[in-house]
Amino acid sequence: MSETQVKENQAPQFYLTEDHHPENSTMLGFWLYLMSDCLIFAVLFATHGVLGRNYAAGPSPADLFDLKIVALNTAMLLFSSITYGFAMLQMERNARMETLFWLGVTGVFGAVFLALELYEFYHLILEGAGPTRSAFLSSFFTLVGTHGLHVTFGMIWLVTLMVQVKKHGLITENRRRLMCLSMFWHFLDVIWIGVFSFVYLLGALV
Amino acid sequence: MFGETSLTQFIFGRLSFEAIPYHEPILVATFAVVALGGIAMLALITKFKLWGYLWSEWFTSVDHKKIGIMYVILALVMLMRGFADAIMMRIQQAIAFNGNEGYLNPHHYDQIFTAHGVIMIFFMAMPFVTGLMNYVVPLQIGARDVSFPFLNNFSFWMTTAGAVIIMLSLFVGEFARTGWLAYPPLSGADYSPGVGVDYYIWGLQVAGVGTTLSGINLIATIVKMRAPGMTFMKMPVFTWTSLCTNILIVATFPILTATLALLSLDRYVGTNFFTNDLGGNPMMYINLIWIWGHPEVYILVLPAFGIFSEVVATFCGKRLFGYASMVYATCVIMILSYIVWLHHFFTMGSGASVNAFFGITTMIISIPTGAKMFNWLFTMYRGRIRYEVPMLWTVGFMVTFVIGGMTGVMLAIPPADFVLHNSLFLIAHFHNVIIGGVVFGLMAGLVYWWPKAFGYKLDPFWGKMSFWFWQIGFFFAFMPLYVLGLMGVTRRVSQFEDPSLQIWFVIAAFGAFLIALGIASFVIQIIVSYLRRDLLRETSGDAWDGRTLEWSTSSPPPEYNFAFTPVVHDHDSWYDMKSRGYERPLAGFKPIHMPKNTGTGVVLAGISVVLAFALIWYIWWLAALSFIAIVAVSIGHTFNYQRDFFIPADTVAATEDARSKLLAERT
Repeated sequence: MSETQVKENQAPQFYLTEDHHPENSTMLGFWLYLMSDCLIFAVLFATHGVLGRNYAAGPSPADLFDLKIVALNTAMLLFSSITYGFAMLQMERNARMETLFWLGVTGVFGAVFLALELYEFYHLILEGAGPTRSAFLSSFFTLVGTHGLHVTFGMIWLVTLMVQVKKHGLITENRRRLMCLSMFWHFLDVIWIGVFSFVYLLGALV
Repeated sequence: MFGETSLTQFIFGRLSFEAIPYHEPILVATFAVVALGGIAMLALITKFKLWGYLWSEWFTSVDHKKIGIMYVILALVMLMRGFADAIMMRIQQAIAFNGNEGYLNPHHYDQIFTAHGVIMIFFMAMPFVTGLMNYVVPLQIGARDVSFPFLNNFSFWMTTAGAVIIMLSLFVGEFARTGWLAYPPLSGADYSPGVGVDYYIWGLQVAGVGTTLSGINLIATIVKMRAPGMTFMKMPVFTWTSLCTNILIVATFPILTATLALLSLDRYVGTNFFTNDLGGNPMMYINLIWIWGHPEVYILVLPAFGIFSEVVATFCGKRLFGYASMVYATCVIMILSYIVWLHHFFTMGSGASVNAFFGITTMIISIPTGAKMFNWLFTMYRGRIRYEVPMLWTVGFMVTFVIGGMTGVMLAIPPADFVLHNSLFLIAHFHNVIIGGVVFGLMAGLVYWWPKAFGYKLDPFWGKMSFWFWQIGFFFAFMPLYVLGLMGVTRRVSQFEDPSLQIWFVIAAFGAFLIALGIASFVIQIIVSYLRRDLLRETSGDAWDGRTLEWSTSSPPPEYNFAFTPVVHDHDSWYDMKSRGYERPLAGFKPIHMPKNTGTGVVLAGISVVLAFALIWYIWWLAALSFIAIVAVSIGHTFNYQRDFFIPADTVAATEDARSKLLAERT
């Protein structure tokens, strides 16, 4: 208790007379949310790791995956992350219209990604390789579909934020929200890199 | 799934009049009681014109104190339901011998033991723990609210929505007959085609959203909103255990969410995660659910450990012995709890090496727990112990919990577990730690912080009655189950062949009745204390000569908690302030920035109940509609930028002056 003893020489201060403003916790809170979401993906990756070879005499990844489409798809998502970065740079410069422009471009890339993914799912189901065919396909559709669902929500969020930036400008609240969506969007990119490597590339090897 | 085209099928899904269990007299009687009680309550609220007050002051409140109180009320209501299930099971098992089938058929009995487990863990213990953390943590760290006040309100209503969904299953349809963790393949579509498992899934999913968000909220609050000077090693122990518990919540509830989502895909879409055919693997579910399930028991017990630490230090008038070791022990338990899950299924054939690893990690947990036990004992050693009701619960805990801990180490030995697995020995063990640890802790916490929340103490006589009935009842109810378990009796059985076992079940039923008296005494305690509140009034704000910051403000605390943010020099900061001549500030008040109330949380949770109901009964149009409504309301909420207001300095001054008067009247 040496610290206490040192302070006994001064008159102890037991409260602040000025207004106290704790640091804003939104970024920490959002990080925690992202980590909890990351655990959901961890479960889905683990499930795919366990069930990913259980083809049940059905098709295997080598029979199904068209890596060219997946490569294009990956490019779309990675570009959308870069353009989101541009939007944030414009936000720092306080340029509302430029921010909105790059957010719009991000949205377009996201939409193309989703369209390609739906096209891929549609073809798989047409070939009889739907999610009910085998445990491998169940875990594949669930993992990739959960990611796609996240991107869909990201898109809804993006459009909402564009409306709000248009309406209220780059005020503090909107900047904070753009930061959150930025973290969400890059997070989905990181998850996709995992999906691309572990599900598609490793899957196509065997 | 979409094959039926008739109009009624489209509108009502698989819901029909057959779903109402009017042929079960027990359920009809229960429904009558619940309905009459409900109508009486609604009539009273309407008669005294309380709807507006309840809506604007409580339901829409973002004040962490009111939300905490509402959590505890939810927990107590659900305790009644969960205990009703328990006593029904005890009566059934005490009489179902010698060809007597008892009064519960197996179909009903299976639902009861599932509901008992689900309700006691998710809707009694969890809201109780969350409620106390919500109420106490911001006060202990000198904050005015949590980090995200709206989210806090939303979390509470989602938890309540989950409870509503589970309660609906009592009167519309049925509940799961699978045990509280719904193992597949039994819980899959082939073996449980009814709505029971769907009620289970959606009840837990909706409540899980609330639990996860409240975990995030409290971590952010503890990390970011502590008063100046309060470093991590100066946080009160209850705040420490709350931090660890919330980290565990955020680290495990997503796993439960994902696992139940996979189970629902198996049931709704026909995927093959946990099926017996087409490559599915039911063991995957057992592993995943226990990776959540084991930390869950520590989520419940760590805050209880924190409560005991506060109570022991206060009622022995001493600093807590070994503060730092208490903190480290808590953190070690938090980490270890994540690597022991496999001890729940040693018998499922993982092999000797894997079983040995998990057996050893399980036994290691007893070391930090033992360290805590000695810390509490050494705090009591040469302390001036006041045996008030919270202290009684604490001593009762120390005696009871050690027994449960030792049987836990027995179960952690894989060869012994092969004999004891799924026997009544296991049931006795986990009730021993959950009642002896969690429930006793929550009771101690409730009595300890009651004067802080309401400004009067609880009546000690009925508190002591409650404690002794619980304590003695516990031993009568569960020691026989240890004996039966060692004799090889398995759990979840509704009728027995061997008449020599009956006497043990009769003793256990007697114990359950003693616990019923304990609960009754507890209710009487609250009623009596409310009626005698003027005699039990406590105006100093420091009801027990406490040591932490929550006791420095008035009881009940003002909306803003602290007129001036406290500065902390020691982990027993209020004791430090009292002993070094703290003077309460009387002037110079500033306007205080506070969050506004909002009804969005209630609305979103209400629509979630509708969504869950529609999904359970395959009413697809309603599911789609309510889902769109949830998204729309959420987006609409973000368009509201006016979320805060200032309490004027005059109001603060008036509130503080009123307290000065109360304090002056004392002397």
